Amino acid sequence: MRNRAYNGLYIVIAILLVLPFVLPNSFYLDLVIRMAINAVIVLGLNLLIGFAGQISLGHAGFLGIGAYASAVLPTHFGWHPVLAMVAGAVATGVLAALVARPIFKLKGNYLAMATLGLGIILSIALRNEAQWTGGPDGMPVPAFGVFGFELSSDKHWYWVVAVLLSVSVWASLNLIDSPFGRALRALHGSEVASRVVGVDVVRYKVSIFVLSAVFASLMGSITAHYVGFVTPNLADFFHSIELVTMVVIGGMASVYGSLVGAVLLTALPQALATFEGWETVVFGAILMICMIFLPKGLVPTLAAKLGKGE
Amino acid sequence: MALLDVTHLSIHFGGVKAVQDVSFSIDAGIVYSVIGPNGAGKTTLFNLITGVYKPTHGEIRLDGESIGGRSPDELARRGVARTFQNLQICMNMSAIENVMVGAHLRLDRNLIKAALRFPGLRRRDAALRDEALELMRFVGLDKFADARADAMPYGALKRLEIARALAMKPRVIFLDEPAAGLNPKETIEVDHLVRKVADSGITVVLVEHDMKMVMNLSDRILVLDYGKKLAEGTGAEVRRNPDVIAAYLGAHA
Repeated sequence: MRNRAYNGLYIVIAILLVLPFVLPNSFYLDLVIRMAINAVIVLGLNLLIGFAGQISLGHAGFLGIGAYASAVLPTHFGWHPVLAMVAGAVATGVLAALVARPIFKLKGNYLAMATLGLGIILSIALRNEAQWTGGPDGMPVPAFGVFGFELSSDKHWYWVVAVLLSVSVWASLNLIDSPFGRALRALHGSEVASRVVGVDVVRYKVSIFVLSAVFASLMGSITAHYVGFVTPNLADFFHSIELVTMVVIGGMASVYGSLVGAVLLTALPQALATFEGWETVVFGAILMICMIFLPKGLVPTLAAKLGKGE
Repeated sequence: MALLDVTHLSIHFGGVKAVQDVSFSIDAGIVYSVIGPNGAGKTTLFNLITGVYKPTHGEIRLDGESIGGRSPDELARRGVARTFQNLQICMNMSAIENVMVGAHLRLDRNLIKAALRFPGLRRRDAALRDEALELMRFVGLDKFADARADAMPYGALKRLEIARALAMKPRVIFLDEPAAGLNPKETIEVDHLVRKVADSGITVVLVEHDMKMVMNLSDRILVLDYGKKLAEGTGAEVRRNPDVIAAYLGAHA
C-alpha cells in the first residue's frame, strides 16, 4: 500500500520527462507550465484542506505576496530575485503564523472567515498601493537569474517547474506517511482522540497552514518571473476559490488528486474557449456534475471503483 | 502514595453540577471501576482527569503533581491514556495507523525530516509499525492489520481504541465503557483483554455498565450518582451498601 503510492511519482516523472518532446507548440508548453505551478500550490493546499481538514479561502493572497515580493523588491529596491523570493516566503510564513495562531484556538468556521478576509485585504492592498505595485494594471517583473544564468525561455522554466513539482509530490508523499503526517490526519479524523494521545493540535494546524502558505508564496514568485508581469488578479478572491476547487475536484486527501485537479481546471477554460460567451456556464455545469457524481473528487472515487473491480 | 489522588473535584456547566465534590484515590497497578446510573457523571469525571474539561473546583494529583486543568497532550506526556465511550477512531486512516498515532509522543515529529524522508525517521517508523502490529495482536485484531478503519466492525473498533491507548505506553489507562454495544462473546473477550492490560502493570480505570465484568475485574469501585460520590470500596462492600442498592433498584428496594 505504502510503496504503491510512490509508483504514481514515477509515472509523474516519466510524463514530465517526455512532455516537452511531444508537445506540438509553445502554447501547450505554456499551458503545462501553468498546470505544474498550480499543481504545486494545490498539493500544499490539499495538505491543509484534505489531510488536516482545515480551510483557506485566501490562499491567492499568499500567492500575491510572493509574486509581488518578486516584482517590487528587485524593481524598486534592486534586490536580487532569489533574495526577494525568500523574503516573500518568509513574510508570508510570518503573516500566516500570526493570523493562524489565534484563529486555531477557536472552534468552528472562523478560519474560513479569517482567511477570506485576509485574502481580500491583501488583494485590495495590491490594487491600491499603485506607487509600488502599479495598481490594477500590474507591473513588469525583472528576469530571474542565478550565477549569471538567466531563465529566459519557456524550456528553462519548464524544467525548473518540472523538478519543483516532482520534489513536491515526493515530499508530500513522505510527509503523509510520517509521524507528522499521521498527526495531521488524526486531528482531522478525531480531534479529541489526537489530543489525548498527545498531539498539540493548535501547533500542527498552524504548521501546516504556514507550510501551505509558504508553498503558495514561492509559486507566486515563480509565476511572476515566468510570466514576467504581475496583476492583482493573481491575489484575488476568485483565484483562491479556483485553487480550493482544484483540491475538491481532484480529490481531498489525495496527492495525485491534487495534480489531476490542477491539470483539469487549468486546461478546462482553454478547452471551453470554443463556447465563447457560454464558457463560464459550461465550466460551472461541469463542476456541479463532478460534485454530484464524484463527491469525493475524481481520483479517490476512481481509485475506489477500480479497487472494487479487482 | 497513591498514583492518582482526586480531592473535592467539581465541575459546573452553567447550573448543572455534573460532578460535585468527588474525592478518591487510586493505587498504582489496580483495576479501579467507576459505576453509576446513566448521567451520573462518569464520563465527565474521565474528561476532567484526562484534561478534556477543566475542573471548576478541586484538585487532581498524579504521583503528587497537580494536573487539574492541564491540557490532554500534557497529560499524555505524563502517561495518561484513555478510550472513548462514543468511538473516536480516525476513519480517514488505516487501522494500524490509528494505533501508530498512539505512539505520537515517542516519535520524531519533525516536519522537515519527514518531508525529506530521513532514513533514521523511516527506520523508527518501520519499527513502530511492527510494534503496532504486535499491539493489534495483543488486543486480538491481527486479521485487521491491513484494514481501513472505516471498513471494520464496531466491536473491533472498540478494541482498536485500546490498542491505540496502549501504544502510548501509559502508566494509567482510562477505559470508558469498553464493552458498550458488544455482544456477550465480545464482552468476555474485552473482559479478558482488560485483565491482560492490568496484568502488564498498567493501572486501569474502568467505566462500565456490565456489572459482571466490573465485579470480575475491579479491585476497587467508586459509585457515582447525580455527580456525587455515593460509595467506594471493594466489590463486596459496594454491593452491600444500602445507598448503592437504593440508587440502582429504587429507594424502596
